This record gives sequence, C-alpha cells and structure tokens, in this order.
Amino acid sequence: MTIPADLKYTPSHEWVRVETDGTLTVGITHHAQDLLGDMVFIEAPAAGRTLGKGEECAVVESVKAASDVYAPVAGEVIAANGEVESSPELVNQDAYSAWLFKLKPANAADVGDLLDAAAYQKLVESEAH
Amino acid sequence: MLKQTPLTALHRELGARMVDFGGWDMPVNYGSQIEEHHAVRRDCGLFDVSHMLPVDFRGAGVRDFLRSLVANNVDKLQTSGKALYSCMLNEAGGVIDDLIIYFMDESWFRIVVNAGTADKDIAWMVAQRDKTAPGIEIAPRRDLAMVAVQGPNAAAKLWNALPGSQQLTENLKPFNAVVVGEMFLARTGYTGEDGFEVMIPAKAAPFFWRTLLEEGAHSCGLGARDTLRLEAGMNLYGQDMDETQSPLESGLAWTVDMKSERDFVGRAALQSSEITRQLVGLVLLDKGVLRSHQKVFTKNGEGEITSGTFSPTLQQSIALARIPLGIAPGEEVEVEIRDKKLKAKVVKYPFVRNGKALI
Repeated sequence: MTIPADLKYTPSHEWVRVETDGTLTVGITHHAQDLLGDMVFIEAPAAGRTLGKGEECAVVESVKAASDVYAPVAGEVIAANGEVESSPELVNQDAYSAWLFKLKPANAADVGDLLDAAAYQKLVESEAH
Repeated sequence: MLKQTPLTALHRELGARMVDFGGWDMPVNYGSQIEEHHAVRRDCGLFDVSHMLPVDFRGAGVRDFLRSLVANNVDKLQTSGKALYSCMLNEAGGVIDDLIIYFMDESWFRIVVNAGTADKDIAWMVAQRDKTAPGIEIAPRRDLAMVAVQGPNAAAKLWNALPGSQQLTENLKPFNAVVVGEMFLARTGYTGEDGFEVMIPAKAAPFFWRTLLEEGAHSCGLGARDTLRLEAGMNLYGQDMDETQSPLESGLAWTVDMKSERDFVGRAALQSSEITRQLVGLVLLDKGVLRSHQKVFTKNGEGEITSGTFSPTLQQSIALARIPLGIAPGEEVEVEIRDKKLKAKVVKYPFVRNGKALI
C-alpha cells in the first residue's frame, strides 16, 4: 500500500495530518496495523489531557499483542475517536481514515521534526524481514 | 532453517503470513484470523497440524505397557478406533505432555503428541519401553501429514472431497477413528466443533487441502486455532500446564483415572500430593484483553493467567487462570493489566460449544 504523501510520520508508526486550523489528527499506519493483525481493543486518550512529545497516550490491542501509541508532539488532546474505540476493526480496514485522537500542538513548529512520506517509507523498508 | 510441513509451500502460495512456531515454519493466518475463527464456528476450516506427531505402538503387550505409561486408563478402549485423551506424567506427577491415544487392535495403538514435546516424549516412551516392555515397537510417523477439518459443515465437505468416505464415517462417533486405505480419519479436534483430524501420506496432503478448498472450506492458521481452542476450554501444553504442574491443578483431574488399583507413572506422587490451586475460566468485565502471566488477585491470594485472548464468538476477553482454591464460579477477581486492576468474573469452562455461548 502506498504511504500517503500528504501526511507526516513518526518512527513509532503513527501518522499525523496537519489540519487547516493547525490542529493535528493522529492515527497508526497501515504498516502498523498489518503487523499487529485483527484489532480488538482500542483506548484513546481523553480530551483535555496534556501530553509531552513521545508520551504513551493510547493503546491498540490485537488478538496477539498490545501496542502503545505515542504522542507525536507535545500538546493537548482535543478529541478521541469514539467510533474507532467501539469498532477497532476500522483501523484494519483503513488505517489512514480511522484516526485515534486529535491534538492541539504546544508549538506549531514541532511538526517539522516529523518524518515525511519518503523518510517513513525508507524506515518501513529497513524494518522489513 | 525452520522445519517445513508437506503443506508449507501451499500455505505460501495461498498468501499465508508465516511464523516460527517452535522451530516450524507455520501459517499464523491467511488474512484475518478473526474471519478464520468465524469460518470454523459457522462453516468449515482447515488447519495444517502436521507439526504434531503420530506415534505407532506395535506388538504383543502394547495395552499392558500403555496401562502404566499414561494417567488415563486405556482399558476404556475396547472397540477398534476408540480414542482417549490423557496426560503422560513423570515420577513427580508433573505433566510431560497431553495426548490422544487411539486403540486400533490389540497389537496396534496410535498416540498423537504435541509438536514442541515430540522429541522429549519419544525419548521418554523409549526409555520406559526399554525398561518394562522391550518387545514393543515404537514408530514415529514423520511420513504422515495431518490436516484438521473443523466446523458444522466439515463432515459434509469431507464427504464430497473423499468419495466413499461418507459411508465409513457417517456414524463415526466423536473420539473414534477409522482407517480408510492410506488415510486415518479421527473424529477429534481442537476447536469444540464437529470435524476430523486426518492423517495421510505426506505427498497426498496438498491435493487433499486443495480439494477441500474447492468444496468451500477455509484455510485457517495458528491464530484462529488458539482462539478456538480457548473458547472450547481446551488446555495448551506449555502454557496451561507443563512438567512442573500436576494435572490435578490444571483442570485435568477428569483425565486421571485412579478408580482401580492400576499403577501408572506418577500415581504415587499424585496420591500423596496436596492440591492448593485450581484452573478456572475468567471473563473480563472491563474493556481490555486478558493475556498469559497477568497477575490475578483473589480473596484467597494471588494467581496467574495461563492463557488469555479476545473471544471472537463472545466479543469479550476470556482466559484460563491458575488461582487458589475456594473461589467459585460467579465470584469476581481482579486482573492486573498494564498497572491497572480490572474486574473479571470466574466462570466454568468451556466458554463456547457447537457455536453457542455457554457463559
């Protein structure tokens, strides 16, 4: 599957979309859901929670393993995706539309530290067995 | 280099995600393990279980030898093809393996053992044979493949795939087997559904699998195998019990027959042992997933989850756990999951039978 060029990425397999109002929408990549398998439980952070960059803030569990999701940048959680929490399989069906939470970044410039699609692609290829 | 089964190439051709399963190159799924699980409960699934090992015991005196080798009583097997589930114990009463024994005739019994314990089991059985019954021939059958065909439509699809098999297996009761030419068809399984475990010459396996796919059966991997067996309340050796555990603390007292004077390896240890723990079923009441080794907190002390998963049929997390005695079904306990204590309820298992929830 092609890695969307309009998104940013982290080395821990989160994707980030910068919205027009500067807020960030965060999910996990297709590669991540593929490794984990069928999702059965997702816990997103509550709105209002303040996160540091790299802080563990969500859990995605498949039948075989639990995996932590990390905040891509520091900020405040403004929304959690209740639909995905109720139907975790949405992440398997379309990882790039099944967002987990929305974040108001502490500093707009922090997004610049994230990987672009090409860099993320290289990362995935280097991890391939 | 990982060990291959006669079906490894076919699994890859079918797009399976392969894993190293105890040194074997095995399919964990062919896409969605949850879909495969549902296919077995609703229709028919196929599992490659060729990594497990059939072992043939031949000669005069096999029955007598097996009377002392295993904890269940082979004298329950008096009609040809009848099978028995048993543990094989060491002198301390610990479980070396759990296995199924098929009585074919007085000079031929077949025992199917687990993949991860096969070498250990053979060495043990040979040592016991050398000590007590030197005339018995023990023949591991690595020349055979084994395919499990499981689900409410398994029998119908098998009969379409194998012309002539219907007449010979239509009335085959669960836990019985029959030999049909080069094939050994056993009405046994690890899913809680009707079905067969079929042992056939290795080179016949790919064609057999493909024929069943043509009849509408679904390829299923080890992921679905685990969620199915746990729903069905079946132990997994190496996880729910091992050599350090007694069958009496592993939910397997029903497989230990001490009604007669029959001596068997491990009996003395069991009779003089004090049982302080029990294996129970758990259902998680909060949201999350129960997994092996999570701590269980009960009013009588701590325990541990031995096997846990998310049950696709029940849409809840279930587990088997070894906990102190004195906690009964219906009572609540707590399970520590990622530093939080979540509520779970003790239940009798199996959790699912013939596709229906029992809890």
